Amino acid sequence: MSENLIKPENLVYQKTEALTDRVMHYCPGCGHGTAHRILAEVIQEMGIMDQTIGVAPVGCSVLAYYYFNVDMQEAAHGRAPAVATGIKRVFPEKFVFTYQGDGDLAAIGTAETIHAINRGENILIVFVNNGIYGMTGGQMAPTTLVGMKSSTSPFGRDTKTMGSPLKITELIAQLPGAYFVTRQAVHKPGNVRKAKKAIRKALEYQKLDKGTCFVEIVSNCPSNWKMTPVQSNKWMEENMFPYYPLGDIKVPEDN
Amino acid sequence: MTEEIIIAGFGGQGVLSMGQILCYSGVMQNKEVSWMPSYGPEMRGGTANCTAIISDEQISSPVLNTFDTAIVLNQPSMDKFEDAIKPGGLLIYESNGMIRKPKRKDINICVINAYDESVRMNNTKVFNMIVIGGFLKIKPIIDMENVIKGLQKVLPERYHHLIPLNEDAIRKGMEIITVEHQLN
Amino acid sequence: MKGNEALAEAAIRAGADAYFGYPITPQSEVIEYLMANKPEDRTGMVVLQAESEIAAINMVYGAAGCGKKAMTSSSSPGMSLKQEGISYIAGAELPCLLVNVVRGGPGLGTIQPSQSDYFQSVKGGGHGDYKLIVLAPATVQESVDYVKLGFELAFKYRNPVMIQSDGIIGQMMEKVELFEQMPRVEPNYEWATLGKKTDQPATFITSLQLQAEEQEKVNHRLQAKYREIEKNEVMFEKINCDDAEYLFTAFGSCARITRKAMEMARAKGIKVGLLRPQTLYPFPVDEFNKLADQVKGILCVEMNAGQMVEDVRLSVNGKTRVEHFGRYGGMIPNPDEILNALEQKIIGG
Repeated sequence: MSENLIKPENLVYQKTEALTDRVMHYCPGCGHGTAHRILAEVIQEMGIMDQTIGVAPVGCSVLAYYYFNVDMQEAAHGRAPAVATGIKRVFPEKFVFTYQGDGDLAAIGTAETIHAINRGENILIVFVNNGIYGMTGGQMAPTTLVGMKSSTSPFGRDTKTMGSPLKITELIAQLPGAYFVTRQAVHKPGNVRKAKKAIRKALEYQKLDKGTCFVEIVSNCPSNWKMTPVQSNKWMEENMFPYYPLGDIKVPEDN
Repeated sequence: MTEEIIIAGFGGQGVLSMGQILCYSGVMQNKEVSWMPSYGPEMRGGTANCTAIISDEQISSPVLNTFDTAIVLNQPSMDKFEDAIKPGGLLIYESNGMIRKPKRKDINICVINAYDESVRMNNTKVFNMIVIGGFLKIKPIIDMENVIKGLQKVLPERYHHLIPLNEDAIRKGMEIITVEHQLN
Repeated sequence: MKGNEALAEAAIRAGADAYFGYPITPQSEVIEYLMANKPEDRTGMVVLQAESEIAAINMVYGAAGCGKKAMTSSSSPGMSLKQEGISYIAGAELPCLLVNVVRGGPGLGTIQPSQSDYFQSVKGGGHGDYKLIVLAPATVQESVDYVKLGFELAFKYRNPVMIQSDGIIGQMMEKVELFEQMPRVEPNYEWATLGKKTDQPATFITSLQLQAEEQEKVNHRLQAKYREIEKNEVMFEKINCDDAEYLFTAFGSCARITRKAMEMARAKGIKVGLLRPQTLYPFPVDEFNKLADQVKGILCVEMNAGQMVEDVRLSVNGKTRVEHFGRYGGMIPNPDEILNALEQKIIGG
């Protein structure tokens, strides 16, 4: 991109300072990049880059600490809500978020997820659900749809032996400690705007010490779904959204 | 002076707190002390015991297999600890519910009917204090004033009004303990 | 005071910022005492009962990553659960204090005292090449003092420190002198996640290196740190060693029982001393090596099937005879059988 092309009068978009300049390792078409960006934008817009501590998971976003230009801790697989609890309890005035995938949050870390939310830890949990283990190469996730093929369900997920896809977001919405629970997507501009608004709301609630806010982002995985990005978004709309419908699941009563 | 004591009985008889009171009292008298309980499920209604050591010197092992004194408050404890008393040592037992009398001839044996006495005092909770009184009568290793100081330490402040009652119980125990077998 | 309660009080007084734990016998008094004594009001220290040992150790990770004085305690089965987190903490080079009030194993085992977690504490426990500094108190007083020392060492080396206690030390009561309340300190470490400073790059805490070359560098750094710890931090107690012809060695509560056996042996005219390692890692290698030139044999007494004895053998490197005597599974050796073992295995052996 040529420097002289970007002038103040025609600058319509600028990368947020809350992301580093490091080139992301995510696959083309993956939703992680957008999800990172909107979270980072909210952090910058709220002016809290110096007060934010993030927790990265194990999964595709394991290296999130390279990309977010805020202080970060890398947690063991599934333990991000516990690590975030430790951080928030000693730094209650800081903004703390975890960024987790479906395997991390809804399989190995289910206990940590449920109990952190049940305690109403005043943190933001961003949950990226693409129904598959991306980093380890496309194994079945707790959120893998019925009949969906993965490397560990090569003939499709069979509920008889593999259980049903877990609607963890609906589950945790039942907990009194969950203040704001919503499900969003980032595959279209309108969805990106809505998702960003939800994240903004969540961090505003954190400022007010309201309890856990939980933003699920239903996303895609072109590489492991073995589709082009465009195909994967279409497949997501047709298959993921009916089972994981978008929208707010729990909104604050006192609002 | 080193006095190595095992106190054993049913959970709920105040076995562990007896050892604690003796140790806190020992501290008040500038002694070295060590208290080691049996712990776990056996605390709950089964048999409980604790080892209390009161000494003028530094205490090495808090866990022992022979004792100068055994205070046993039920039959299983008698069965378990009678043989663990050092020759020439002391056995104190509570007579209620004892089916079998002690058989050792090489130790001093005393008996105390603390339960009946506590019923007479209208407060079965002072049972263990009566037993402590009996022990201190036979082995006056700690002065009464330091026992009271020890009690003040063990009991939460809201129970401090009960200290005179406990003192009465200790004195009662001193009165009622009887020697059953004495070595020459 | 009861060992576990004294340790908990020491944590408050040492200016600890956070305790995260999960109940397990025989150490539940630690969290019970902390909850009852309102450290939040006294010093601002955070105390939280986690949903599991796994969560607790990861909460420690989070708080330690913020440069805070964080700790957890557990007993053997719970400590096994924490190993994942401990490995991450060691890898990310975070300071923290761990307390293991050891009980008999393997498996659910027994709730009675044991020393069968020596290997787990001293040789790593979790995955990867790492070391914990391991302190082994033999008295309630040492449990208290090691809390303060443990935090000092943890921050000096940015390394997890373990106090390896056992059911005896945790449950027993004896006289103890508590140190004065120390202030809690606001962290100001460049490695900690305190919030990004405007003119500096963000800080991150991680134990991940995707490149093997980078991971080897991390390991080199860790190993250099361990050599430094081995040089500086060895602690032991020697009793009656000057004229000793034989040597007992034991750690923790078992050393007290062994001391009693030593007194009995001395009364019989057997010239035996006692070397008690106070740090299990770093191990007093040189001291054993020196004494090996002097004594005719060493009896290592442990409440396990023979764990520290391996380090004793490595230390003396064949110079003298080293035998093990142990009771385990929650059984406690008595001084008579220890003395008997000395006579049978070392003197008569």
